[in-house]
Amino acid sequence: MALLQITEPGQAVDPHQRKRAAGIDLGTTNSLIASVRAGVAETLADEQGRHMLPSVVRYTSSGIIVGDEALTEAVNDSMNTIVSVKRLMGRGIKDVATLGDQLPYRFSASEGGMPRIETVSGNVTPVEVSAEILRTLVDRASATLAGDLDGIVITVPAYFDDAQRQATKDAAQLAGVNVLRLLNEPTAAAIAYGLDSGNEGVVAIYDLGGGTFDISLLRLRKGVFEVLATGGDSALGGDDFDRAIAAWIVEQSGYAKPLASEQLRGLLMASRSIKESLTDNAKVDIDFDRDGVRFKGTLDRATFDDLVAPLVDASIKACLRAVRDAGIELGEIHNVVLVGGSTRVPQVIDKVAEYFGKTPLNNMDPDKVVAVGAAVQANVLVGNKHDDEMLLLDVLPLSLGLETVGGLAEKVISRNTAIPAVRAQEFTTYKDGQTAMLIHVLQGERELVTDCRSLARFELTGIPPMVAGAAKIEVMFNVDADGLLSVSARETSTGTQAGVEVKPSYGLTDGEITAMLQASFEHATEDANWRSLLEARVESGRVIEALGNALAEDGAALLMESDSQALQQAIEELGRVSEGEDHLAISEGTELLGRASEEFASLRMDAAVRKALAGKNIAEVDIAEVDKEI
Amino acid sequence: MDFNKNYFEIFGLPVDYAVDQDLLDDRFLDLQKQVHPDRFAAGTDQEKRLAMQWATLVNTANETLRAPLPRAIYILGLRGVELEHNPTLPPAFLMDQIDLREQLESIEEGEGNLEELDSFRQKMQQAINEVQAKFKAALDEDTDKAERLVYELQFLSKLMVSANRLEEKLLDY
Repeated sequence: MALLQITEPGQAVDPHQRKRAAGIDLGTTNSLIASVRAGVAETLADEQGRHMLPSVVRYTSSGIIVGDEALTEAVNDSMNTIVSVKRLMGRGIKDVATLGDQLPYRFSASEGGMPRIETVSGNVTPVEVSAEILRTLVDRASATLAGDLDGIVITVPAYFDDAQRQATKDAAQLAGVNVLRLLNEPTAAAIAYGLDSGNEGVVAIYDLGGGTFDISLLRLRKGVFEVLATGGDSALGGDDFDRAIAAWIVEQSGYAKPLASEQLRGLLMASRSIKESLTDNAKVDIDFDRDGVRFKGTLDRATFDDLVAPLVDASIKACLRAVRDAGIELGEIHNVVLVGGSTRVPQVIDKVAEYFGKTPLNNMDPDKVVAVGAAVQANVLVGNKHDDEMLLLDVLPLSLGLETVGGLAEKVISRNTAIPAVRAQEFTTYKDGQTAMLIHVLQGERELVTDCRSLARFELTGIPPMVAGAAKIEVMFNVDADGLLSVSARETSTGTQAGVEVKPSYGLTDGEITAMLQASFEHATEDANWRSLLEARVESGRVIEALGNALAEDGAALLMESDSQALQQAIEELGRVSEGEDHLAISEGTELLGRASEEFASLRMDAAVRKALAGKNIAEVDIAEVDKEI
Repeated sequence: MDFNKNYFEIFGLPVDYAVDQDLLDDRFLDLQKQVHPDRFAAGTDQEKRLAMQWATLVNTANETLRAPLPRAIYILGLRGVELEHNPTLPPAFLMDQIDLREQLESIEEGEGNLEELDSFRQKMQQAINEVQAKFKAALDEDTDKAERLVYELQFLSKLMVSANRLEEKLLDY
């Protein structure tokens, strides 16, 4: 695929200033890691030249195997070889039970309601399995880039809910890597597309992966990638096409008993090969014989098309909804981009072309485009300076709501609201002297609580006791740029801040995460103090650099000489403390410097806003004008 | 601190019901380019927090100003008018309400005629446009009248949402 050039060739990049960042496409079937090097964004290969890492983790009594080597044993050792773990991320044990005939694992429940998969080397959660995949990729990048990564961007399906996103972040934490941003996969693809084509206008990203489907509509304008609407199905993907073929084979063979895990895994893998063959061939001869399931015959494309038509149609319906949500006409869409290996299926290409009324673009490698886009974003977020003023404005994919009387879900933030976003909702007490309240947050579009996904229960405490109905409790729902929710609450008549405790419906409890981190080999062997010192120094270094740059840029224009000097001295002081070995002193110093520079940060922000509106340089803003505002 | 600015001021637009959509779009992009948290990914915690607050505010302001009903409600809010939850409306208007609702229900109960629904929606859009024009004029003359027109706009908008939902149901989205 064409390599994305994002800086002018020949532009000197100081190797000492560049931080190491990477973008990771943590896919259902395959994962990839990409990075920007010498102005070019490209995927990284392992020592054997392989770019794609099968998202397969095999647990054996002698160790953990990730990737191609694990895949080869997927059929023989199906109970211990975890495939498509992404479908289990952020799901509770009840959801997973319904997938029982699709995924041949033994499950048990954990403390937080998360499913644990029983393997020969112990019970593992989907988060731990994903962490292994991440670790393998991060190690690959560290080796290739000759050093530890300063941060990564991980992509998630746009349609992933809060629980699924949090699980992804937890996996990164376990893998010991800093997550700069969770980026929606179609948005990542749009970055790659936008930079590749240089086109402005509305683009539709049709992303059909192994286990998830996303449709996103973005407008590219003035370097800004603005998501207009997003839709999809987090349980629809190429895996389902495989299942359709597998079910057909079983039906044709007359085998009527429930399938054992080896049989199922074998069938699914054979089905996948058949599906891929049918892309280039009008029919495929099948000779399947495994543990009692016997079928010899032919599957032609017409039959295959019939088998998967309902799945493809479901994806087109989601496209329809997204176009309506975006408030645009089909004709306004300039291009359609296909992303994900499953978009190679001819029927998919045909139906997408038919619906959008134009030939979809697939000149970028559909397997790599997401990782590449993520790498570009990672490069920006880690702080490497660049000339492109690229910005992503994303949206909340699923409505957030609350449970109200009668089991109804009342929407608080609608889907496709631009993030970061905030909403306030007022509640009151229903009993005299009531001091606590439980709020049940849901995600989804349906009207009944039972049809939505339970996100978390927030317990508000510390409400001042009053007559029933007198308390005015304002609850603020904040969705950050990663699409994650946080809640704060205040009783407005007394101004009391209510305590908020989150009980996520499907997460890992803090206790579980700590336990996992402690159990992890790397953490057990490193000296805890040394780690703390390193972390404190990294943090102080970051703040020193950020503030130093800020002063250099805007200090003269926005601050009095004396204030500017005071900050400069504080920076130097922190630099001195950081050379010592007292990590607590360093952390404290970092905190203090941050607070001392708060006013300056505020002035910079105000000036930036003024600049945006007036088109002036900050240096041109009269300092007297600024003083008046204070 | 600029958080005291109203939404129009944040976008550098005059306080007016008529908004230049293109200018609003441009200003929105320009502002987010300056304040979005991604711009401060390598910054101090304070910068990140400020950026989050600003980006959120810009998003909220944008959402309010770009749609006719929220914009109308916001302008009234700037004049100190807080809308009632259960306003008393003139009987003629209430009769219209019942009438239109019944029309929509009969379309739903009938075979679900898409053409009928489409012409109903067009009629609704026309009514909405008319009320908006009256609202704009009323803003200059009589705030009370403007407030009553917003209640009408609210009702018509809700009905439009119901009509859209019915369309989705009929088309089986």
